[in-house]
Amino acid sequence: MNTIALIPLFPLLSAAVLMMSTGRMPRQIAAIVGAGSVGLSAICVAILASDFLADGQVRELTLWTWMSVGDFAPRIAFYIDGLTIVMMSVITGVGFLIHLYSIEFMWDDESICRYFTYMNLFVAAMLLLVMADNLLLLYLGWEGVGVCSYLLVGFWYKDPANGAAARKAFIVTRVGDTAMALGLFLLLTELGTLDIQPMMVAANTQWQTGDALPVLATALLLGGAVGKSAQLPLHTWLPDAMAGPTPVSALIHAATMVTAGVYLIARTYGLFLLAPPTMEAVAWIGLATLLLAGFTALAQNDIKRILAYSTISQIGYMFLALGVGAFASGIFHLMTHAFFKALLFLAAGAVIHCLHHEHNIFRMGGLRTRLPIVFLSFFIGSAALAALPFTSGFYSKDAILLSAWALEDIGPWLWAGGLLGALLTSIYSFRLVFIVFFGEAKTEPDRQPGWKMAGPLLLLCVLSVVGGWFALPLANVFPVADDHTVNHAVEWISIGTPVVGLLLAYLMFLGGQLSVDKIVASSSARSLRDFWFSGWRIDQLYETLWVTPYKKTSYWLRNEPVDAIYNSIVSANQWAHHRLLVLQNGELRWYATTMVLGIILLLAVMLRNAP
Amino acid sequence: MDGLMVPMEHVLVIAGLLFVCGLFGLMLRRNIIFMLMSLEVMLNSAALAFIAAGAHWGQADGQIIFMLILTVAAAEVAVGLGLVLQIQRRFKTLDMDQANRLRG
Amino acid sequence: MMLELILLLFAGGVVAWQSERLDPNLPRWIAMATVALGLLLLLSTISGIPAETFELVTDPSDGESWLLYSRHEWIPRFGISLEFGMDGLSLLMLILTLALGAIAIVSSWNEIEFKPGLFQANLLWTLTGVIGVFLALDLFLFFLFWEVMLIPMYLLIAIWGHENRGYAAMKFFIFTQVSGLLMLLSIIVLAIQGSSHGDISFSYGDLLGNAPTGKAGMLTMLGFFLAFTVKLPGFPFHTWLPDAHTQAPTAGSVLLAGILLKTGAYGLLRFCIPLFPEASMQFAPVAMTLGTLGIIYGALLAFAQSDFKRLVAYSSVSHMGFVLLGLYAWNSLALQGAIMQMVAHGVSTAALFMMAGALQHRLHTRDMNRMGGLWYNAPRMGACAMFFVVASLGLPGLGNFVAEFLVLAGLFAVSPWMTAVAALGLITAAVYSLWLMQKTFQGKPDEDRKLQDFDHREMSAMVIMMAALIWLGLYPQPVLDLTQPVLEGLQPLVTNVPATLAVNIPGGAP
Repeated sequence: MNTIALIPLFPLLSAAVLMMSTGRMPRQIAAIVGAGSVGLSAICVAILASDFLADGQVRELTLWTWMSVGDFAPRIAFYIDGLTIVMMSVITGVGFLIHLYSIEFMWDDESICRYFTYMNLFVAAMLLLVMADNLLLLYLGWEGVGVCSYLLVGFWYKDPANGAAARKAFIVTRVGDTAMALGLFLLLTELGTLDIQPMMVAANTQWQTGDALPVLATALLLGGAVGKSAQLPLHTWLPDAMAGPTPVSALIHAATMVTAGVYLIARTYGLFLLAPPTMEAVAWIGLATLLLAGFTALAQNDIKRILAYSTISQIGYMFLALGVGAFASGIFHLMTHAFFKALLFLAAGAVIHCLHHEHNIFRMGGLRTRLPIVFLSFFIGSAALAALPFTSGFYSKDAILLSAWALEDIGPWLWAGGLLGALLTSIYSFRLVFIVFFGEAKTEPDRQPGWKMAGPLLLLCVLSVVGGWFALPLANVFPVADDHTVNHAVEWISIGTPVVGLLLAYLMFLGGQLSVDKIVASSSARSLRDFWFSGWRIDQLYETLWVTPYKKTSYWLRNEPVDAIYNSIVSANQWAHHRLLVLQNGELRWYATTMVLGIILLLAVMLRNAP
Repeated sequence: MDGLMVPMEHVLVIAGLLFVCGLFGLMLRRNIIFMLMSLEVMLNSAALAFIAAGAHWGQADGQIIFMLILTVAAAEVAVGLGLVLQIQRRFKTLDMDQANRLRG
Repeated sequence: MMLELILLLFAGGVVAWQSERLDPNLPRWIAMATVALGLLLLLSTISGIPAETFELVTDPSDGESWLLYSRHEWIPRFGISLEFGMDGLSLLMLILTLALGAIAIVSSWNEIEFKPGLFQANLLWTLTGVIGVFLALDLFLFFLFWEVMLIPMYLLIAIWGHENRGYAAMKFFIFTQVSGLLMLLSIIVLAIQGSSHGDISFSYGDLLGNAPTGKAGMLTMLGFFLAFTVKLPGFPFHTWLPDAHTQAPTAGSVLLAGILLKTGAYGLLRFCIPLFPEASMQFAPVAMTLGTLGIIYGALLAFAQSDFKRLVAYSSVSHMGFVLLGLYAWNSLALQGAIMQMVAHGVSTAALFMMAGALQHRLHTRDMNRMGGLWYNAPRMGACAMFFVVASLGLPGLGNFVAEFLVLAGLFAVSPWMTAVAALGLITAAVYSLWLMQKTFQGKPDEDRKLQDFDHREMSAMVIMMAALIWLGLYPQPVLDLTQPVLEGLQPLVTNVPATLAVNIPGGAP
């Protein structure tokens, strides 16, 4: 059978097998099936990628026609080009490492079988998302990963807070998904197809650049991307989604699913190029998100929430790249981010695992000597996140900033904003490193990570360093960006900013030359910190704007106001019944009298009409 | 006009008066026995009118109908008195305003 | 075959009723055997029809072009005959009816202790009525079956229902009966006015294209519309549904949600719109608005409920709004979507009601505030519930998504704004579905609670329904192919379809 079809099939089959075992499978076998299936997929991807790199041919595979109504006939079909290969490699490669790590992390959990079911299902759905040849199949994967994310965030279902976080994640992204569905309807109605490649061709012939329809269509697609990739204004679900197990956060909420929005825009770039206003909106959304999340991350004290906000912020960079038309840079940053953010999350998971589920960074400290492998991983990850020179993050972020600078009119503004973001990134990531790994120990670790944890960490360390030198096979996917010569001063500033951030972080959180306590001593600074800590009060805003009115409305309506109409008919009948009941009084004389009166009345009428 | 000595109108007026008497008795009396008697009066007033009419036109029909009414009245009294006995037993009264169990 | 099928189910009911004298366990086996025999009869008949016949476009006014057609004189003086016809749409509905009938019998296997024979008899008689509705082509006969299906259902609720059954059954009966009488009035008006030969005729084929025009046409159409919308149920005629569902026994809920609601949609598609094309399309904006309102309103109210069955009932109101939208958008995509929704909703909601029944049977409550963390006690139930909940919120890959997508995609060509509002239903569906999951299976478990997990009988029913939804979601083509010729026959009847924006709507109006 074709390798392409096998790639999503392995995890899907494994999920089915694990599901049918209904938790009765021994955990060793469950772990082997769960992680092994993703490993097999990764091998298939590697074979496919090497074939692809050898000949550069786009591969297509149609399995069957999904449904066919009139001219609308979406297929279950795959389209493999350079972009898909990159995404598939990230998903299966990083995915396999995270699965391996999960075996140790989740070993003591009673429902490890259920865990691997969801994880495998997620990998399958994510693969379908990136391999889909039409937007409908992409939407299948899109919603599929959403549901898996819901299931995994709420994995520890016994705590209602986890359930709430899971629901929030699903519903907020569903808002975006609905916009995206409307975009699909618009594209289908106007262009007559949802197959991505023919659709982009049709769009180019049917629409002019800047027409209203492509702007509307791309804006709706952007809605979906914004929801899934946790960008403003739909980013609020991601920090809460950290309620899931940490490997889940690494795989879904850092490396793969949240970057699906970036993938969507890159995949349909042909449409976005027809809509310059949307492109600009993408760039501004990215910039606003990366700054907002950067400031928020500075004030957090939960290790996973810091990483969550940093993910939001980094995806903001990817959006910025897409918005300025540097699609390849955006995807490049997506890949490097997948490496170093997965590394950071797994390292954080190791910290949490070894410190009895401690999340608060101020109750950690001094772990540098106690958990050396974790420290190394965390340090490399943070360096890449902060884009220190010669790490993978440096190359990708640098490319984005330079592309932003090169844009006319708004370019320098975007660049300056991105630079401020880079400074923030550097500060908050090293704040984390210094507080958690230096200073005096506040909690003693009770175990060391085993090889199943350490192995993936070390491999990801390597990838986070060398990832910047990968040449992605994206040349034939996106239009070639013209080589712009860049002002060298700009380049030096871009390189220097993270280093400045590192120094600032050192002075504030390790050296003690700049005291944070002094800064936040004033009440205005403290309220600013609280403001950032709450994520700019956006959650509260949505609570009052949407959630409370929705709950109130449904509470008011709960007793079925429409029934009042029918009940009023019933009441009217009952009222008439009681009034008429007086006539039925059981008295014989009354009956006789009314009868006589009736006869008289009848006679009178008849006689009146008589001639 | 052969068989009838009194004028037709007189008989009809008497019959009408009797009928009205019976009717008012029915509507106003509370005692079931009086109500039955009032009914009898009304029946007989109608019968009287038939007799008069039969005599007036010299036809047998009036008398035939009179016989019929007589039978009906007898049957009615038989049933009615049975009911009266039952009512007396159940309600310990013959006041029909007390026996209004069929009210809604 | 068609008359035989109806008689078979009716006779099965009588036998099941009487058999309880021999053994109280006998009726359910007889009921099961009857439904199985019916299914066998149906399948053996359609296997006798040459395959290419299924692809021929059905001309609704020509009996010979139906897959199966039979006509016997009944009351010739008034032009009433025993006229039955089966096309792809009826066939699909029959399969759904019999399959869900079997599921309904399974779902109340151990539940009924009082007069089990009469219970199974009423179940089978309801099926008899429903099958009659799906097959009858004579409007008088159709009305007869419409009433036949009502009475046993009333008895099911009134005798075997829960605490407030009298009220619920009466409400159900009055709503359906009043609207049914309006339809009878319309049928008579149509039969007298509309016949092409000058004589009175109740035959569907004769009446097509002969509807009164103008105001009279609108009023006559409204008679049909009301009857079908009450049954569907469309907003604002839905209020009988939550009560009926909540109080009905499990099998009753399964039948009600799975099949009876579909007769309303079927009636709209088969009778209301084709018989009154002009009036219907004038009325379409109103109907679509009702559909949209139903989607949002049902979802809002579903979220506010604490009774498991009531929540699912309101979700039905929400889902059936999509059917109303799809039918009145009247292009291939939307119509196919509406039909898909009928099938997929039938399966997914039947499963949820079965779940509700199983929970009530075990916990003796439907109040979700008294549940929570049930996954811990019964993981298999939890997994099944999760599956059907995500199906009902429209997860792609499952049948309901195909339905909702096709409806909305078709509707978009007709009315983008209406689509945008209706699409909000996708969000609200997620809100109440996940809330249901949270309140019942997630949350803090009561570790001492003894909750028997699904046994093999229940599990196999669930697995069959899951497989059906996955199949409908990933390869709905057989269903679409079955109904496509029917729609191609019906669509030309309506000439004044709503204006469309599109340059090239696939399969849309010419």
